[in-house]
Amino acid sequence: MAAAFSDVPQLILNGLMSGAILTVPAIGLTAIYAVLRFPNFAVASHATIGAFAGYLANVALGWSLVPSALVAFLAAGAVGVASDWVVLRPLRPAGLITATIASVALTIALENFVRLGFGNQLRDYDLPILRDWRFGGVRVGPQQLEDLAIAAVAVATLFGFLRCTRIGKAMRAVADNPMLAAIKGIDADLIAVLVNFVAMGLAGLGGMLIGLDTSIDPLTGFRALLAVFAAAVVGGLGSIPGAVVGALAVGVAEELSLLVLPPDYRTVVGFLAILLVLTLRPRGILGARAY
Amino acid sequence: MQNYLVAMGVTAGLYALMALGVNLTWGMAGMVNLGLAGFFAVGGYATALLTKAGFAIPLGVAAGAAAAALAGAGVALVTARLRADYLAIVTLGFSESVRIAASNELWLTNGSDGIAGIPGPWRGTLSPSGFNLLFLAIVLAALGLVLLMMQRLAMAPFGRVLRALRDDEDVAAVAGKNVLLFKLKAFAIGAGVLGLAGALYAHYTSYIAPDIFAPLLTINIVLALVVGGVGNNRGAVVGAAILVILLEGTRFAAPLLPFLSAAQIAAMRELLISGLLLVILRVLPGGIVPERIGAGRNT
Repeated sequence: MAAAFSDVPQLILNGLMSGAILTVPAIGLTAIYAVLRFPNFAVASHATIGAFAGYLANVALGWSLVPSALVAFLAAGAVGVASDWVVLRPLRPAGLITATIASVALTIALENFVRLGFGNQLRDYDLPILRDWRFGGVRVGPQQLEDLAIAAVAVATLFGFLRCTRIGKAMRAVADNPMLAAIKGIDADLIAVLVNFVAMGLAGLGGMLIGLDTSIDPLTGFRALLAVFAAAVVGGLGSIPGAVVGALAVGVAEELSLLVLPPDYRTVVGFLAILLVLTLRPRGILGARAY
Repeated sequence: MQNYLVAMGVTAGLYALMALGVNLTWGMAGMVNLGLAGFFAVGGYATALLTKAGFAIPLGVAAGAAAAALAGAGVALVTARLRADYLAIVTLGFSESVRIAASNELWLTNGSDGIAGIPGPWRGTLSPSGFNLLFLAIVLAALGLVLLMMQRLAMAPFGRVLRALRDDEDVAAVAGKNVLLFKLKAFAIGAGVLGLAGALYAHYTSYIAPDIFAPLLTINIVLALVVGGVGNNRGAVVGAAILVILLEGTRFAAPLLPFLSAAQIAAMRELLISGLLLVILRVLPGGIVPERIGAGRNT
């Protein structure tokens, strides 16, 4: 059942790997929170949609991993913009709780669209099976490294985009002070569309990266939801660097929990991390500044 | 047919109880609860374990409600000083954690196989339809009692403070109200009512398992409350009745779609429920029985 203490280096490495993948959807969640100021539970279904879009590209069209991952990002981003525009945007003026509950209903609706099309069975990506590499006492799969590289490139691109482009600066301005941004003539609706595209795209890419490790089904996104929220809350809800730190921390904590808990309790570790951080340091490790 | 209608009545009564519990926290105090399935489960498991160990049913039900109330107070305590969105996250996490624990702690909950053979009042001595009728009476009595209590709370100073918290926490604090204490009490009472519903459910069906407490239950109850009118106790009851008629209606619609698999039929149902919630939030935000502002003073 429980892992042995001699496994600790391996567990930490696994945790950093899965944490790096968790970074991708966690940034999506926290970016939407930073700009639109509500916890969007629909990241779960968008992760699922990305996973299935990538699956179609990879298995039905026979595309390789990187273009398939791009499809996952674009498809989830497009659905994210459309579903926000049609469903959530009109409800946001009704208040935080209404928007939050609507996002839960939205995620269940979208998840069931996927179920309607694909059923409940588990599906696997079409990937070559490669032998793990060994470095001293620890094992690394080449596939894991490729996933890690995709996640790292996605996160680095996002940071570059936020730092260097006009649109990125406009997003940070809205997150920092919406009123001031409006006075400066930044179009809040446009920023909302862009944030939804990028954030839900990242959720979709994250869903696919999570699915690469095992297999996918309509609940892929929902199962990851608590870990994604834990990453965002631990790092500081609304802080993008915080989401990176939080995701790595949650990833490692989940793996180390295998020392004392059965594997099914991984999700509970995320919940415990949320409770711990909210009790001791409610603003999270890096606080609430968006960038 | 009579048995079927009675069973529908029991389900509607339990949904109405849950909607009342959620209405106190969400409708009156403005605290969101996305983990109501978890509190429902705590009530159900608590009474199942106690009554199977030989305790009397009323004692088990009371313990179920108390355990859920305690869990509610704990969840509210962690998030009381934070914005409402943190409560949404923590309640959802709570409910998922309860479900995972219930699926894995075989020694306590028998895992995903669930607990069967939970005793019901006079189940052995009454005929099945007699038992159903008796249980309908019990659920309606519990519903009447909770409705009365909720109406009293809504009109009492307690209810006024909760509405003040919902509308502006800082103003309530400036007016000298102990915001934290009121939030804790409201959430604990609301969770206790959810636990009561869960306990009654366990004794009615004699069987509980983790998959009964899926997130969709939360959407069902929120839908019932939104249909009836958030902030309004009578609306919660009306909404629950409408929801059960709707859910049962989809059962009859299923054979009309023979080309769909069982999983697809289930997906259609969930789509309908979640889609309907979104539509009603949009077109009828006040529900069928909107909250009457000033109800505390005038009625």
